[in-house]
Amino acid sequence: MKKVLVPVLLATLLAACSSTGTFDQPAGGAAVDERSKGEGSGVATVTAPSASGSGIAALTDPKNILSKRSVMFDFDSYIINDEFRPLVEAHAKFLVQNPTMKMLIQGNADERGSREYNLALGQKRADAVRKALTLLGAKEAQIESVSLGEEKPRCTEATEACYAQNRRGDMLYSGEF
Amino acid sequence: MRKLLSAYRLLIAATLTLVSAVAHAQLSIEITGAGASRFPVAIPVFENEGTLPRGVTDVVRADLERSGLFSLVDTGLAAFPVTTVPDMASVRGRGADAVLTGSIYQQGDGRFEVRFRLFDTQKQTELGGLSMRMAPAQNRAIGHKIADFVYEKLTGQPGYFSTRIAYVVKSGPTAAPRYELQIADADGMNSATALASREPIISPAWAPDGQRIAYVSFEAKKPVIYVHTLATGQRQVVANFKGSNSAPTWAPDGQRLAVVLTKDGQSQLYVLNADGSGVRRLATSPGIDTEPAWSPDGAWIYFTSDRGGSPQIYRTSSSGGSAQRVSFEGSYNVTPRLSADGTSLAFITRNSGRFQVAIMDLASRQTTILTDSARDESPSFAPNGRMILYATETGGRGVLAAVSSDGRVKQRLSVQAADVREPSWGPQIR
Repeated sequence: MKKVLVPVLLATLLAACSSTGTFDQPAGGAAVDERSKGEGSGVATVTAPSASGSGIAALTDPKNILSKRSVMFDFDSYIINDEFRPLVEAHAKFLVQNPTMKMLIQGNADERGSREYNLALGQKRADAVRKALTLLGAKEAQIESVSLGEEKPRCTEATEACYAQNRRGDMLYSGEF
Repeated sequence: MRKLLSAYRLLIAATLTLVSAVAHAQLSIEITGAGASRFPVAIPVFENEGTLPRGVTDVVRADLERSGLFSLVDTGLAAFPVTTVPDMASVRGRGADAVLTGSIYQQGDGRFEVRFRLFDTQKQTELGGLSMRMAPAQNRAIGHKIADFVYEKLTGQPGYFSTRIAYVVKSGPTAAPRYELQIADADGMNSATALASREPIISPAWAPDGQRIAYVSFEAKKPVIYVHTLATGQRQVVANFKGSNSAPTWAPDGQRLAVVLTKDGQSQLYVLNADGSGVRRLATSPGIDTEPAWSPDGAWIYFTSDRGGSPQIYRTSSSGGSAQRVSFEGSYNVTPRLSADGTSLAFITRNSGRFQVAIMDLASRQTTILTDSARDESPSFAPNGRMILYATETGGRGVLAAVSSDGRVKQRLSVQAADVREPSWGPQIR
């Protein structure tokens, strides 16, 4: 029973900060096959963490470093800057302590240039975060790194300050994606 | 003076088309540049065209005018029935080097017959003609077929007016955007939504049969490749491996796709069957390999790679093997796309910080930058290789544009109050 409840609670807790829209269908448009939405997506289904003191609540507690999820990158760079080391270490520790917890890392790029090439650049950023987490003890099977390329900008102005916000890797836990 | 007057009339006609197109949220086309010497042709209204609910000659005229290769010569109000040979000296006297004559015949079953003939007024010869039956609602399709006929007879190349284009429209508020994969006729009319989603859709790619489109959708919070059958709306996941799945492109046989997967590390090229089976790795590189494009003869796959330190275009045999670098000028050359005859490569190059459409003649490796804009993306050739459709930006908004392969003819296609991106020109279906 607990196994089912915990992820449901987590999902509820996180619903407020999740921006997942529903997939709607136009009149006369394509039939959207529900099966294709989630099943077989390679993304692990929500599983219960071995809830301990450092558990679930920490992920959404604004006072806890675990509530911070973004690693920012310099232009044309895939190196995790020192200022993000504590953040990555905290999440690695959380994954180690909660070995059934899964993480999706979404890499992002700024909008300049080709969408597909930017998708590949975003993947390199997501991979950099994944590698750092696994070096710190998280298991490969816990983490999937993917790219959103330039498709999900946090900031939409054509300025350098804005582009900087879009060069990032976001860490999402089970129930948040 | 008469030519000027007819040009003025055309401008008014074009403006009216624009207004009505906007009202239907269609792509509206604006001509921003034309060929240096355009072929003057007269297309008088077909005899009895008033019996049709919607005309065909306006469609023919608009197609040819928009191609940038023709100028329309006004012949006044006199009818040119298809049954008689026109007074070619008189038409030539008005400045037209060719004239299209035609008649409409009402059939008993509510359908119509369209008969037309094309004449060369210089050589005083008939270039050919056709007879076609149509339902009243087929006026645009028939008009495009007639325009294709005229275009081919006068330029020697097949027309592209009966082809279709795919593109993605992003609309709605930033917080809750809506993405639609739309299919429209090559003139932007008859647009229909094939897929609507709250998550991004990118990289639509037409199958050679014109019936299916592969694309990348982010509806599963990550890039996944689908193949979508347009007639039925059925969609199938063809690549959903751990990591990202993107950049689908069809083999000329329509049976296989080249794709980019990250299941074994960073972005690399793979080939799989159109149903998703039989995945095999095409190449192994120390860097990013992406944006594959098959050569029309099936022998080569062109792609973007940063293996040399900056993104450049390479090619490899479609059966695998070592890669050859294709682009050398500049530090950013991406999105290679081949013309249907395999002689030209369109791509995006960064030129003094501006991303522009360039074309390379593959035999001589001569490169020409075709545009003067700054945010160009996603080029694709018209089936006859004459025009290149691409995405660009004006006033912070995504629009589609087209440029001729010689850089002279320029058009802009936009949708009111929406971002349009990721265009792909469909194949010629014979």
